Amino acid sequence: MNSRVELAVLGAGPAGVAAALAASECNVNVLILDRSASAGGQVYRRPTGPLGMQQLEKWPDEVKGERLREQLRSSAVSCRFGRAVWSVERGFRIDAVGPEGVETWEAERLLVASGTTERVIPFPGWTLPGVMGLAAATALLKSQRVLPGQRPVVAGSGPLLWAVASGIIAGGGMPAAVIDLADTRRWVSSLPALFSRPTDLLKGLGWMHSIRRKQVPVISSAAVRKVWREGTSLVVEVVERNRDGTLRGDGQERRLSADALCIGHGLLPATEVTRLLGADHVFDAQAGGWKPVIDDQQRTSIPGLFAAGDCTGITGAEAAQLEGRLAGLTVAHETGRITDKLYRMKAQSLRRHTLRVSRAGASMAALMMPAESLIDDIPGDTVVCRCEDVTCAEVQAALAAGAMGLNQIKSWTRCGMGPCQGRVCGDTVAAIASRHLGGRTAVGAWSSRVPLVPLPMGDLVGAFAYHDIAIPKAAPL
Amino acid sequence: MWMNLRMHRGLVEEDEVVIDVDGHTVSARRGDSVAVALLTVGISTLRHSPRLGAPRGIFCFMGSCQECLVVINGKRRLACEVLIEAGMSVRTTELP
Repeated sequence: MNSRVELAVLGAGPAGVAAALAASECNVNVLILDRSASAGGQVYRRPTGPLGMQQLEKWPDEVKGERLREQLRSSAVSCRFGRAVWSVERGFRIDAVGPEGVETWEAERLLVASGTTERVIPFPGWTLPGVMGLAAATALLKSQRVLPGQRPVVAGSGPLLWAVASGIIAGGGMPAAVIDLADTRRWVSSLPALFSRPTDLLKGLGWMHSIRRKQVPVISSAAVRKVWREGTSLVVEVVERNRDGTLRGDGQERRLSADALCIGHGLLPATEVTRLLGADHVFDAQAGGWKPVIDDQQRTSIPGLFAAGDCTGITGAEAAQLEGRLAGLTVAHETGRITDKLYRMKAQSLRRHTLRVSRAGASMAALMMPAESLIDDIPGDTVVCRCEDVTCAEVQAALAAGAMGLNQIKSWTRCGMGPCQGRVCGDTVAAIASRHLGGRTAVGAWSSRVPLVPLPMGDLVGAFAYHDIAIPKAAPL
Repeated sequence: MWMNLRMHRGLVEEDEVVIDVDGHTVSARRGDSVAVALLTVGISTLRHSPRLGAPRGIFCFMGSCQECLVVINGKRRLACEVLIEAGMSVRTTELP
């Protein structure tokens, strides 16, 4: 199967769907692909749970997600869900596997709207079952209506911390504590930016109110130092931070008993595809890390390649939707579907709007930035690469032995070589290496490679018997 | 105690199915992901890491970390992505 479209969109979250709809409304022939079974991305993820769930009251994001899915259904966009895109080539050729086997598309233009991955900075015990990301906990709460635990510790940084803790309370659980890496002053300093989005501010205050009302202990300016299992419980050791960000010494820690630990240190732009295609990227700590360089019309440095949403820097769902819409209109303009005048007018208003909403999103992203010192606090025997069980000391040893960059660390230690392809450990290892190699820009990022996702060989070749194998004609002697 | 993780107490009978987990019969609900079905019956270890043999479970829940890889009906699949169906066979821990 090989079909050609004018625009292919990778990722059906808020940015991807908005782009697909905007372009399709202007009669551009659009294809949208996503790994999930339906549109919505992580933020508007569709609940999949049993029938009994449908009697529950809907979350506000669920209503937004339903509207988005309804708009997509009634549009001319062709949707391919449950597709794992494993290769993208310039030009553009897209290879995916899904419920109908192997599929290939060609697209004149490509929009990457791949969203984010969550950053979790390693600490002893972080690989134990029961320890999961804040984003994972959000997905459990929202799309599966299941608590990550009855009394989990919720820890890390950023707004997800409060969303998860209040979600657990709303679902009938009780967080053992909320451990906030930031101190209260940092939240207060982000308030002015939040006032540009009153609904989000109210949402945030609502979360905090429910946490205070239930008298959940909130420990500010503190970090989880380690976690271990005792019987059926997890013991979470929490230590407050000094004013300079370093952790306090032994004897000043608190131990909390919990049945789970939900922890996250912010979101990272997912740049596998834009890096694979060789687009220019820039390191921007405030935006979450490496992001593709885009112009004010959502174009990357590669002709025909666009990017929108959190994969171009973390600014949140609302900004993502506006950026996606702009990208879709740019494609419509490039293909002659809308006039210069109309495009300029619409683009200008979208950009203005984006600027306003992304201020709040960006201030949240800044709050999610973990303290640099957490990287220095990773003990040597702690696993940093979960796939290949590579410890921090092994990475340090490679650097001490003269490894010149991330790719050398990878080939010397296997760090980042496992099935997640460095998505989980990449940022941590780069942060460790930047101490030795002179900053994140010098360190760079791992080479992105195909297959973009692990792929069972059987899925790729399909089912066949021995006699199906064509025998080539024998070469003349 | 684990059943209490569900927010929805209202049980719909036609959703109840039986699956096989490592040779044990386990009741589950259609529509749940395999990872959630196992979590709610107290199975949080889904596999062991290749080098240290350390237990692993749900971590990112969005198909990125690959920690919830199990064998479902003979194929390697992510437990967070596959939805429960009646009679499903799930192998945790060991890969074939």
